[in-house]
Amino acid sequence: MNDDFRELRRRSTEIRRLLAQSVAGIGVGHLGGSLSVVDVLVYLYERRLRVNPERPDWPDRDRLVLSKGHAGPALYAVLAAKGYFPRETLSTLNRPGTVLPSHCDMRRTPGVDMTAGSLGQGLSAALGMALAARMDGKDYYVFCLVGDGELQEGQIWEAIMYAASRKAGNLTLIVDDNGMQVDDYTAKINDVRPIAPRLSAFGWAVREANGHDFAEMDAVLGRGEDEENRPRAVVLRTIKGRGISCAEGRVESHNMAFGAAELEQSLRELDAAAQEAERL
Amino acid sequence: MTTAASSREMRAVYCETLMRLAREDSRIVAVQADLTAAHGMKPFAEAFPDRSFNVGAAEANMIGVAAGLAACGKVPFVHSFSTFASRRCLDQIAVSVCYSGLNVKITGSDPGVCAELNGGTHMGVEDAALMRALPGMRVTEPVDATQLALALPVVAAHAGPVYIRLMRKAVPAVFSPDYAFRFGRADVLRPGRDVTVAACGLCVNEALAAAAMLAGQGIDAEVIAVHSLKPFDADTLVDAARRTGAVVTAENHSIIGGLGSAAAETLSERLPTPLARVGIRDRFGEVGKAEYLMKTLHISAGDIVAAARDVVGRKVV
Repeated sequence: MNDDFRELRRRSTEIRRLLAQSVAGIGVGHLGGSLSVVDVLVYLYERRLRVNPERPDWPDRDRLVLSKGHAGPALYAVLAAKGYFPRETLSTLNRPGTVLPSHCDMRRTPGVDMTAGSLGQGLSAALGMALAARMDGKDYYVFCLVGDGELQEGQIWEAIMYAASRKAGNLTLIVDDNGMQVDDYTAKINDVRPIAPRLSAFGWAVREANGHDFAEMDAVLGRGEDEENRPRAVVLRTIKGRGISCAEGRVESHNMAFGAAELEQSLRELDAAAQEAERL
Repeated sequence: MTTAASSREMRAVYCETLMRLAREDSRIVAVQADLTAAHGMKPFAEAFPDRSFNVGAAEANMIGVAAGLAACGKVPFVHSFSTFASRRCLDQIAVSVCYSGLNVKITGSDPGVCAELNGGTHMGVEDAALMRALPGMRVTEPVDATQLALALPVVAAHAGPVYIRLMRKAVPAVFSPDYAFRFGRADVLRPGRDVTVAACGLCVNEALAAAAMLAGQGIDAEVIAVHSLKPFDADTLVDAARRTGAVVTAENHSIIGGLGSAAAETLSERLPTPLARVGIRDRFGEVGKAEYLMKTLHISAGDIVAAARDVVGRKVV
C-alpha cells in the first residue's frame, strides 16, 4: 500500500507546484485554503471519484461540490493534471476571459460540478444532486467539501438536518478543518468546534482523519454506504497553507500576495519535500 | 369590470396544471418549505411522492436543493410566500440558481395585499423588483386562472429560472376560455383613446373598474394587462403610448422596481410620455383584508382614476 500512497504524494507535490505557479502568475490568490485541500482533492480524484475527464458532463459520474469556492485554484490544478483541460490553461487563472475564475463556476470550467463563492450554499446543492440520484435509480455519489469557517453559515445546518432526514447515504460531507478563517482563528471568532459530535448529533455517520495523510483518508473515504443509510461526514484535520512555508499555518494566507520570489522559494521547498518523501 | 370571482382557486389550478405537466415530463419535481397545503400542492405530493420534497422551514436550503436537482436535469418548482421565496433567500437565488444558470422555477405566493391577515411581514411589496434585477431571471404574474393554466406550460418549457408571482385564492376572471395566450405579450383588454392604463395582477380588475368610472367623466381609457414583467413587452406599451399620449401603471407591488419602473424605463428611453405610477409607495404593508389594504396602500380603482386624470392633464398637446 505504501507504494500506492507514494504515487499520491508525488501527485500532491505536482499539484502544489501547479497551484503555486498559477497563483504566482497573477500575483495574489487564496493560497491558504487551497493548499489545505490539495491532498484530499488528490485522494478523491485519484482513488475515489468515478469520473471521466473526457466526458465532464457524464450523467453517471460522481459529483464533487467544492462549496468553499475560493479553493478553486487547487481544484483547477487537480482537474488539469487529471486531463480535463491542458495544464497550460492554469496560467490564465483570474485573467480576463479565463475559464478559471477565482471561485468555482460550473458554467466556465470543465469538471466543475457546482458554482460556489457565496459560502454555505454548496451542501444544499450537493444534497439536491444526491436526491436526484435516488430518483433516477443511479448509483453515483456526491461529495461536498466545505471549510470549517463555512460551518458558521446557517444554511449549512439546514442542509445537514435535511440530509439526515432524507437518509442521503449517497452524500458525503468533507470538512476541511484548518482552524482558520479570513479574519482569525475560527475558534476566536465564532467557534464551530467540536465539529464531529455536532454532526453526529444531527444524525450523520462521522469519521475523522488527518487531511494530509493518505492512509488515514483512505480508511474513512472508501466506498460503501453507512448501513443505516445515514449521510456521511469526514472531518479532516488540516493545516492552512500546507506545504508552502510562507503560507503554512498563517491566517494571512487566506488571500495573499504571492509573486516570483515566493514562487521560486516555494518550488525549492516542494522539491526538497518531494525528495524527502521518496526516501520514506 | 368582471366582478364574479372565478369558481376555481388559483392554487388549485396551479396544482392541477403542474400535475398534468408532471405526468408528461418526468423531470418536473416540487420542493416546498412547509407550505404545501397553503400552496394547494398536497394532491401533487400525494400523486408524486418520489418527486416531492419538503425541506421544512428552511427557504435557503429549498433553493439550494432545487439547484442541485436542476444540475442533474430536474425541473424543480419551489414555493413559499412571496417574501420568503424572494428576499429571504435572495443570495441563494442569485448565486445557486441565476449565476449558476440552473433551471429552477420559483413561485412566490400571496403577493402584496394578498397576504391579508398574515400582515406586513408576509407582504411581498418588492419581490418582483428583486427578481427583475437578477440577470437571467424571468418574472411573470398571471392575472387569472385561465392565464395561469396557459402560462405554466410555457414556464416549465423555458430552460432557465422563472419567478412566478402567484395569487393563491380565487380571483375574478379576466380572460374567456377561448383567450389566445402569447407568453410575454401584454393583452389589450379595453381600447381607449385618452390614456393607457397598464396593470398587472390584482390591479387589472381595478384598472377595468377605473376605466368604467373614467368613461363617466369623459375620459376614454385603454386597459392593458401585463403578465410578464421580465421580459417586458415594451412594443405594446410604446404603441399604446403613441396612440393615447398618457400612461398609468397599476400594480400590487412597490412603485420601485416593478411594473411602474419597467414602464418608466421603457418610455423614457423610447417615447417619453407623461406617466403616473399607481402602486405601493415605498412602504411596507400591514395586516388587514385586501379591500382595506388596497385603499390604505393606494392601489384601488379610485387611485387609478385620480392618476389617470392627473396624467391626462399633463399631456403634451
